[in-house]
Amino acid sequence: MTPTLAIGWRRFQIELKEFFRERESVVFTFSLPMLLMLIFGSVFSGEIAPGLGVTFSQYFLAGMIASGLVYSSFQQLAIAIPVERDDGTLKRIQGTPMPKASYFLGKLGVVLVVYCGQVFLLLLIGVVLFDIALPDTTWQWLTFVWVSALGLALCTLLGIAFSSLPRNGRSASAWVTPVILVLQFTSGVFFVFRDLPSWMQTFASVFPLKWMTQGMRSVFLPGEFASQEPAAVWELPQVAGMLVLWTLVGLVLALTTFRWQRRGDG
Amino acid sequence: MTDLAVDVLGLMKSYGETAAVDGIDLQVQRGECFALLGPNGAGKTTAIEILEGYRARDAGEALVLGHDPGRPTRTWRSRIGIVLQTATDNAELSVSEVVSHFAHYYPNPRTPESVIEAVGLSEKRKTRTRNLSGGQRRRLDVALGIIGRPELLFLDEPTTGFDPEARRDFWDLIRQLRTDGTTILLTTHYLEEAEQLADRVAVIAGGRIVAEGTPSSLGGREDADAVVSWWTPDGTQTRRTAEPTRLVSELAAEYGGEIPELTVRRPSLEDVYLSLVGRPAGTASDADAVGEL
Repeated sequence: MTPTLAIGWRRFQIELKEFFRERESVVFTFSLPMLLMLIFGSVFSGEIAPGLGVTFSQYFLAGMIASGLVYSSFQQLAIAIPVERDDGTLKRIQGTPMPKASYFLGKLGVVLVVYCGQVFLLLLIGVVLFDIALPDTTWQWLTFVWVSALGLALCTLLGIAFSSLPRNGRSASAWVTPVILVLQFTSGVFFVFRDLPSWMQTFASVFPLKWMTQGMRSVFLPGEFASQEPAAVWELPQVAGMLVLWTLVGLVLALTTFRWQRRGDG
Repeated sequence: MTDLAVDVLGLMKSYGETAAVDGIDLQVQRGECFALLGPNGAGKTTAIEILEGYRARDAGEALVLGHDPGRPTRTWRSRIGIVLQTATDNAELSVSEVVSHFAHYYPNPRTPESVIEAVGLSEKRKTRTRNLSGGQRRRLDVALGIIGRPELLFLDEPTTGFDPEARRDFWDLIRQLRTDGTTILLTTHYLEEAEQLADRVAVIAGGRIVAEGTPSSLGGREDADAVVSWWTPDGTQTRRTAEPTRLVSELAAEYGGEIPELTVRRPSLEDVYLSLVGRPAGTASDADAVGEL
């Protein structure tokens, strides 16, 4: 194993240990998507497409799983990295021979664990409380895997890039939360995308969350529901294209903007 | 290859209009403990962070272990150890977890147990970092600085905020490292610390080195006149002399024995230091002036 991978593995282990020792943050990270699922799923329980048997809770589950991609990577990193810039974590490891990429590998590992945890809990609630049937074709699960993989990659990279915006760790969540909320409202998480004003649909189409939710709907909703999408199909090639594009954008932004030290320190 | 651990010529670094480091020359021999002494804001941290590879210099030559610190490589980083000024990271991990983790970064690390013992944290091995006292936290910082068996250790104001006992324990630790052959470059604003630990001291003020030497010779201290004072019925007499022994024996003859309230004083390191840093950017005449205190 190369040193980058070997040390990346060590970083993953130590970061995971730290993550699970911060109890409050663990509780919030895993309970927020579950709470939202419980509330929205219970309040808006009716069918959204007559004749297709699709309930809002089913629609919302797909949106929450796509949101889980954002929570576990973008939100986590864009808040945690500024804190690590403040408390000396980054400066200390910058002064060691640790390969820089190992730090990001460790982060990616934690992102994966958190995402898997969130998906598991959301599916559990969906199946147990809302009688949602899980996808039954290999094709759907494959789509789930590639949408998740690309979504995590791009949200991780964007989270790393975004972490350079807040001036310090305390202001980080004030920067991150509105961005996520606005995208959730406009991308078909909290509302059915088809019902949104068209200018809002156009706005959301620029950003990746809209495409992530659409990809997840193709996994968790019956195939006939595609007729209810604005394009009347799932548009999976477009989904893949947009996610790859945003991954590249994220890569460039992360590589060009990442700072190991606080603004003005270096 | 040079046997200098640090070799710096004309180092400059400005932030906007302010020159934080304004032309520093510095040579640190291998195996030596060298102290950069100066008040807060003198440019110590900026200078040391350039040498640690954290900041880019604006001008000047710099070699640290024969390598340009402006282009840090993994191999070079594995040969130096850094103890930063403040850090509150790794709060949820125990002392032994943190030290063991950092050992993985280095090609030829010391064993975590031996390092934890060397810094006196054996009893706190299982304690989470957040529950350590300030002094224990600093010891952990040193442990992380030396885990990779560095040839050169940077210590930036290592004992700020320590109580006197913790400071003495810490000094013993640094002396031990030096005895083991580690070159040490430390910054401090405590005179006593420089005097206790350093083979050589450079006083830095206004981004420049205003004096350099061994703690006992700094600023011409060893050659300076002594001040002899004693009591007479007319009040305390004070005389400045290059030959205090002769004066004292004359006085002894005069008094026929004990001289009342006799003191013989050379300028303390503190006198020298205050005169050095109390003046605007250093010139040679500053150091010369010390002898006339």
